[in-house]
Amino acid sequence: MFGYFISRLGMFIPTFLGVTLISFMFIRVLPGDPIIVMAGERGMTEERYQEMVKKLGFDKPVLQQYWDYLTGVMQGDLGESFVTKKPVWDEFFALFPATLELSICAMIFAVALGLPAGVIAAVNRGKFFDRALMSSALIGYSMPIFWWALLLIIVFSGNLGWTPVSGRIDLLYYFPSVTGFMLIDSLLSGQAGAFQSAVRHLILPTIVLGTIPLAVIARQTRSAMLEVLGEDYIRTARAKGLSPTRINGLHALRNALIPVITVIGLSVGTLLAGAILTETIFSWPGIGKWMVDSIFRRDYPVVQGGLLMIAVIVMLVNLLVDVLYGIINPKIRRR
Amino acid sequence: MAELSANAPKTENRPSALREFWFYFSENRGAVIGLWVFAAFVFCAAFAPLLAPYDPTEQFRTHILQPPVWQEGGSWAFPLGTDPLGRDMLSRLIMGSRYSFFVGIVVVVVAVSGGVIVGLLSGFAPKWVDTLIMRVMDIILAFPSLLLALVLVAILGPSLTNAMIAIAIVFQPHYVRLTRASVLAERQKDYVTSARVAGAGRSRLMFITVLPNCLAPIIVQAALSFSTAILDAAALGFLGMGAQPPTPEWGTMLAEAREFILRAWWVVTFPGLAILVTVLAINLMGDGLRDALDPKLKRS
Repeated sequence: MFGYFISRLGMFIPTFLGVTLISFMFIRVLPGDPIIVMAGERGMTEERYQEMVKKLGFDKPVLQQYWDYLTGVMQGDLGESFVTKKPVWDEFFALFPATLELSICAMIFAVALGLPAGVIAAVNRGKFFDRALMSSALIGYSMPIFWWALLLIIVFSGNLGWTPVSGRIDLLYYFPSVTGFMLIDSLLSGQAGAFQSAVRHLILPTIVLGTIPLAVIARQTRSAMLEVLGEDYIRTARAKGLSPTRINGLHALRNALIPVITVIGLSVGTLLAGAILTETIFSWPGIGKWMVDSIFRRDYPVVQGGLLMIAVIVMLVNLLVDVLYGIINPKIRRR
Repeated sequence: MAELSANAPKTENRPSALREFWFYFSENRGAVIGLWVFAAFVFCAAFAPLLAPYDPTEQFRTHILQPPVWQEGGSWAFPLGTDPLGRDMLSRLIMGSRYSFFVGIVVVVVAVSGGVIVGLLSGFAPKWVDTLIMRVMDIILAFPSLLLALVLVAILGPSLTNAMIAIAIVFQPHYVRLTRASVLAERQKDYVTSARVAGAGRSRLMFITVLPNCLAPIIVQAALSFSTAILDAAALGFLGMGAQPPTPEWGTMLAEAREFILRAWWVVTFPGLAILVTVLAINLMGDGLRDALDPKLKRS
């Protein structure tokens, strides 16, 4: 097990270095002089220009620049935003809880509906339920989520007036951020109605972000269940006279879960990519909206830092999934 | 195994590879429906200027935000209504199919040809080259695809061409990995050894002996990428980083229509519906292709 862990970690380090190299190169492959681009239409004096060159280290050899960047990254220094002048690292962690909260809710939504849907489809293979569920799953999988979001807004916010269109909570409520998670903070604040408001703001973004993972999980659960249901030990369980619920729910689902867990782990990238669209549409103050806004504002240190942080998060989760997988499934370790 | 059987000496009573393929493909009813919808989409894209009733950029100033024909205030002159600038929705949607088709084709061709060549090289190259290539692919895969495409477009400048380039780059690693995996599996087999013993050179081994037997999963993946490419290009267009207005690209049309969602449902509904139907049809077709081409999953 230890050897497997070390070899997996050995793959992590070069990939990490490569990711830092890509984010390092980002600012340098931009067409034109990045400093002029930063200055925008106002332009800048020669003095200020030289100052910026020094500050960004553009006067040093490229290798030296990369080394400085890398050592900076290891110490949590991702540079400063051009717009807010705050460290990118601090901004990232100030906004990250919003994205994390939304992603966790979306994942709970996807698993809570996707797992039963997959199991029901597999058990009723070829029958009406299977067809209906799998057709819906395929539609969900093919859904342009930015359009899905607009449709839900038209119906639930426009026609029915049930849910708000943007933000995390009504402006009426104000309380200090303790955990960064609006659901927990609103409960802690003790203000009447704050928690309900936070929940109502979360519903539509959760559905939108969870739709594609939901479809993927439902399809994956169905095929994993079908594979497991054909195994000998299931036949034994049937022969023993166990109830179908017990066989499907306990014996089959438990083993079908292994590939499903992998899919859940690998959905983190999908979730973060989906967060870009979802957060932009619902004005959700998280990482995705922050990245899109920064791209439009040409706030390059933010784009660079955010790109790196997101990639590192995806890589860490993948590493975690692989290690967990090694623990659950001993066959993997020996490869 | 459709490809393998094509290479084997043919006996009279054996159905041709194409017929065998069609047999398995047509067993999946969804796939056949998908194929028909896709054919309609291709037809639309091919003959768009003939099918569209108006020029997609022509503005009818007296008919701004006119609802579709079945709703009060609609007329047969504009069957699906008009947008905030008085342009005919139907014409714009029909012209839009061209852009989506174009995006799908270009992205798939670039990503597949690049990915297959790199994957073949990786499968045949010495260990250290292989490791190097795979690490580079891991690095690209560490970024969520839409984010990487977005940043690439930010570097290259927003346009449909740059969006296509960005999406093709982002899709590349999937083909590299897929091709390499198949190559590594095929290389061990006896027919490759016999070809090598018979004196086949490396490039012949790569492209003529091994590649045709690796194609099945690549074709399936290509079909699925076609739909993902359309989705991603529309997403980039929606974020303002793809095709620029007044191009009638479906994602860009949605972005333009956003502020009117509560006043005019049709300007939002139809472009998205067009994306959904196209992507759904291609995914249905992809499922059928997988059933027909992938022997491991056949009749599962």
